[in-house]
Amino acid sequence: MPEIGTDRWVAEFESRRVRREGPWGRLVDWTSRHWLGLFVVAAVVYPFVIGGDFGIRVGVNALLLAMLAIGLNVVVGYTGLLDLGYVAYYGLGAYGYAFLASEQFGIHLPTLLVVGVVALAVFGIGLVLGQPARRLVGDYLAILTLFFLQVFVELALNLDRLDLPFVDGPVSITGGPNGIAGVDPMEIFGFRFGQVRDYYFLLLVLVVFLIVGVTNLARSRTGIGWRAIREDTLAAEHMTIPSGRLKVLAYAFGAAVAAVSGTVFAAVQLGVFPQNFTVALLIVVYAALVLGGEGSVPGALVGALIIAMVPELLRTPAGARLLFYGGLAVAALTLVKPRRRLLVVVPGIVATGLAVRSLVTALWPDLVDVEAAGMVDRWVVRFVPSADVVVSVLFIVTIAVVLGIVAVRRRGAKDALVVVGVYLLVLVWENRLVEEPSITRQLLFGALLVVLMVARPHGLLGRPRVEVV
Amino acid sequence: MATLELSGLTKRFGGLLVVDSLDLTVAEGEIVSLIGPNGAGKTTVFNLISGVFAPDEGDILLDGSSIVGLPRHEIARRGVARTFQTLRVFLNMTVAENVIAAEYASGKVGAVRSFFGTPAARAEAARMRAVAEERLRFFGERLIGYRLDQPAYSLSYANRRRLEIARAMATGAGLLLLDEPAAGMNPAETQEITRLIGELRDDAGYTILVIEHDMHVVEGISDRVVALDHGVKIAEGSFEDVAADPAVIEAYLGTGGAATK
Repeated sequence: MPEIGTDRWVAEFESRRVRREGPWGRLVDWTSRHWLGLFVVAAVVYPFVIGGDFGIRVGVNALLLAMLAIGLNVVVGYTGLLDLGYVAYYGLGAYGYAFLASEQFGIHLPTLLVVGVVALAVFGIGLVLGQPARRLVGDYLAILTLFFLQVFVELALNLDRLDLPFVDGPVSITGGPNGIAGVDPMEIFGFRFGQVRDYYFLLLVLVVFLIVGVTNLARSRTGIGWRAIREDTLAAEHMTIPSGRLKVLAYAFGAAVAAVSGTVFAAVQLGVFPQNFTVALLIVVYAALVLGGEGSVPGALVGALIIAMVPELLRTPAGARLLFYGGLAVAALTLVKPRRRLLVVVPGIVATGLAVRSLVTALWPDLVDVEAAGMVDRWVVRFVPSADVVVSVLFIVTIAVVLGIVAVRRRGAKDALVVVGVYLLVLVWENRLVEEPSITRQLLFGALLVVLMVARPHGLLGRPRVEVV
Repeated sequence: MATLELSGLTKRFGGLLVVDSLDLTVAEGEIVSLIGPNGAGKTTVFNLISGVFAPDEGDILLDGSSIVGLPRHEIARRGVARTFQTLRVFLNMTVAENVIAAEYASGKVGAVRSFFGTPAARAEAARMRAVAEERLRFFGERLIGYRLDQPAYSLSYANRRRLEIARAMATGAGLLLLDEPAAGMNPAETQEITRLIGELRDDAGYTILVIEHDMHVVEGISDRVVALDHGVKIAEGSFEDVAADPAVIEAYLGTGGAATK
């Protein structure tokens, strides 16, 4: 009888192992090992490169969203609890800070104490409101938690004329629709946060602290238990994992993280208002998490940075152009495989452009704007303003071609469509979209999200989940 | 180390009597096989013992104390571990994580210390991984080495069955409930699993209750065989006795008329 577990299959499996190779593979390996360091370096340099208050404000929003996404990742990505009330805890944190550090009640406690008290209190609230998660799963839990969010918003809006016993006249707790203005700036160890940049660095420290902590948790029995519950709750229970307790813990942990970011938000904004904490923000947080990849901490970070920063980049024509052509290049790189076919596709695009331009100039010289003399304009047809209709028709054709690229499987046909599609995209872009930045911004951002999710349905850094094999 | 005692165990699904006042004991260090046609109630017995369902009547004693009504993770913690007929490994977790997940009860470090990555937390994580590797080593070279960090969905069917057994062992339980451990395995793998179940008892000291359809396996491992049909125990004894029992033959093959055709 042979030894147990030593047969030909076992002897050969090491040789069937595939490793990342080549300079690209080494770069991917290196980046995946040092992503946190890279992020910190980039984030520290960012305010000095970007200058101006506006850029730093964008950075603050991005880091706030990153904190929210990483916290939500524990609840949704690890434990699989569809929590649609998440933003309520962000609001509780913000209002908590405003209660304890503003003229609303005339209380001005030290910042560290306020943040600590608020985090603990919201963690406690999370433990209580998380109890239904013991029994409810999926959409049932989603609906219930969405209800929590609505309750929070209603309370924030209406707790401004409360009649209390033993108190004369109505009392305002939340300030109603007007919220609470004049919230104290933060002050830690005697350092008073005056500028947006101060909050930016505070948030950077918090985000890094959170990333390290959550990564540690993910490797512990708690984190592995969370993921086991998401995979198969019943099997996890049979493996000694107390699923109810761990679910509630994940829920409350997420709530506390959201609350801490809420306190910073209140201080940055110097006020809290009910409209800051609506379903719209919830969707943004989920978008960041789903885009980055549920269950991945670097994914949540990258998703949040993209969602918060890309629309800002699209505000200026130069930034929009950079993003457009960058996106086009990345799309071509991912769509054309193997990569050496690019040797045919790229000259094909250039040739198509030159051919179409000469053709159109020869046939309908009236339509072409010969004044335009940028580098791209010598390649792509620039229509005169009166030819608007042509561009609109081409726009629709472009959309059809792009959809065709996604649908077609045959390689030759796909490459041909990529050639036509890239050309048409540039044409429409240069003729129309660049002229109308407000529409372009939404359109391009939407297109970017659609393309990203089609290319990587499991998120940028997420792993594809396998349910049944 | 564990003894199991079922007395008068009864379970109804609606009007259907699935398990009918079943008495069954498994002594410490014994391997008992549960056989019977499909629908006989074997898996339901496992589900009752491990707490998936609560019995309508009767009692389940583990080492002399009742485990009826306890939460599932508590039953597992007291020493009942199981595998599943329809495999339920954590597909999107690595092989090592699958086993570490089952070591949850052996851990003492809470979430706060884990968050801060204290030395105690790191030591515990390292210990759990070492234990996982040791459990997996039970299956030779198949599930260790770089396989430890491969996702479980990359495993073959037979390896998933092995992983489930390793996971059950990692809970620290003394009683293993194995639900068709040889299902879907080829003859060589079946032979190997037969030997392994023997070793689980002889070397590792487990008490084992096993459901199995493959009579070669049943014959190879069982100290005692219990046959169920329609939730009722129809025979009990050595493999030879049960295999020759007219009631068992009737349950599997039917009687007279239809069989002779």
